[in-house]
Amino acid sequence: MIDLKTQSPNAIYTAHCQAGELAYQVDLDSGKAVFYPRAIAPGSGGARLEWRISQGVGTVYATTAIANRNAPSHNVVLVDLDEGFRIMSRVEEIDALAVRIGMRVRVRMAPGEGDQPPYPVFTVLGDAA
Amino acid sequence: MKRGSVAVVGAAESDLGLVAPGTTPVDLMAQATFRALEDCGLKLSDIDAVFTAASQLRMPTLSLCEYLGIRPRYQDGTGIGGSSFMTHLAHAMAAIEAGLCEVALIAYGSTQRSVSRAAASPREYNPYESPYKPFLPATAYALAASRHMYEFGTTREQLAEVAVAARQWALLNPMAWEKEPLTIAQVLAARMVSYPLTVRDCCLVNDGGGAIIVTSAARAKTLRQKPAYVLGVGECLSHMSISSMPDLTTTGAAVSGAQAYAMAGLAAKDVQAVQVYDAFSINTILFLEDLGFVKKGEGGAFVANGGIAPGGHLPVNTSGGGLSYCHPGMYGLLVLIEAVRQVRGECGARQVPGCEVAIAHGNGGVLSSQVTVLLGSAATV
Repeated sequence: MIDLKTQSPNAIYTAHCQAGELAYQVDLDSGKAVFYPRAIAPGSGGARLEWRISQGVGTVYATTAIANRNAPSHNVVLVDLDEGFRIMSRVEEIDALAVRIGMRVRVRMAPGEGDQPPYPVFTVLGDAA
Repeated sequence: MKRGSVAVVGAAESDLGLVAPGTTPVDLMAQATFRALEDCGLKLSDIDAVFTAASQLRMPTLSLCEYLGIRPRYQDGTGIGGSSFMTHLAHAMAAIEAGLCEVALIAYGSTQRSVSRAAASPREYNPYESPYKPFLPATAYALAASRHMYEFGTTREQLAEVAVAARQWALLNPMAWEKEPLTIAQVLAARMVSYPLTVRDCCLVNDGGGAIIVTSAARAKTLRQKPAYVLGVGECLSHMSISSMPDLTTTGAAVSGAQAYAMAGLAAKDVQAVQVYDAFSINTILFLEDLGFVKKGEGGAFVANGGIAPGGHLPVNTSGGGLSYCHPGMYGLLVLIEAVRQVRGECGARQVPGCEVAIAHGNGGVLSSQVTVLLGSAATV
């Protein structure tokens, strides 16, 4: 059981991001991957959440490109990581509209804006699936 | 709960579209309440339960009760987005059946066009989504649309059909905001918001509100209007953020709809008029599928070629919907009002002939809360 008086799930996650790692949790009662980080596991209600580091490889599940008035479009995706959890992110180094569902992607950390912590983004891995 | 135990007896919109500077959400609620009471012939003093939700009010039942000068014996300010009012109706039904109240007011008001959408509906910071700058809620629905297109071959033209059908219905509704025809080509060429959704795939941003009055079936029979009996209700909460939605092509409407049909003893084939919360064009396709009007994945083909427009094979969003009639932030109460009017048979040029059963389906958040209500005429109870 996490002690919320001394640490928060988000702070642990953020510390991993600062170390260049995409962290997630596994609910040891159900065996399921859990994201976003929590104090109690969804569904099972258990407190046995184990932190793990993702290999950082996943598949684009859904994608959109948001039009901006005075700048190029920016991409927002949902990525299914191979370990079985889904996160919102973006795919970089590719035109926002060229991102395709099914593309294999690999994580890297992008610097946060201002005093915000680094956060996970993706690039296309090899040839698009 | 027992099908037909309560009925919507009064229904009214507030002023819609763009209201005068200084008008408050509670002004609109109160105006709609006055009109709904006039509609059914009840008095303010008859109301003994108040249900409301509003993104601009922290404690909306307190605001409305203070404004109206009433102290109801029951109240519920549940806020789950645009479907809140379907939930209020379900909860009012339970409360009336339990003897906690007899005459329930459900009201809504918004001035989001006047004060801006950002001011009317400030969003929570989410450390797992906000850094990516999603343009919410549109981006969430665009993600769902992308997945529907990928899995089922749904096209942008089919999405545009939803907006065009809504516009054709709106042209039959004197209260509708939009007054000019719309073509598929215009939808596709409109300003892109979050691909594949252009501004014409997205709901309007209006001021507006409404009110309905709900009471027992016994009392409903003594009042001015034909009762719209509540035949079935169902609720499903599936997630808060789009990144936590289990499957972007199947919404909680599949659960809430099944609950409502089971309670009513009805199926989709028994429904003559369909009102579903069309915040975005993809919504209509998802909800037609999840509510059983067409198989999963076939919604795009179903809406094509004017399938849900006037003269099509199923009348859907006959008011013109959130896309072309009015969308004041949480549009669900206006969805219910149109369903009530179709069951009464008072919709004029857009009336569905022989409408005995109407479905009013509410959506809230980013496909997050789904609440289904089935309403029926006296012939159905």
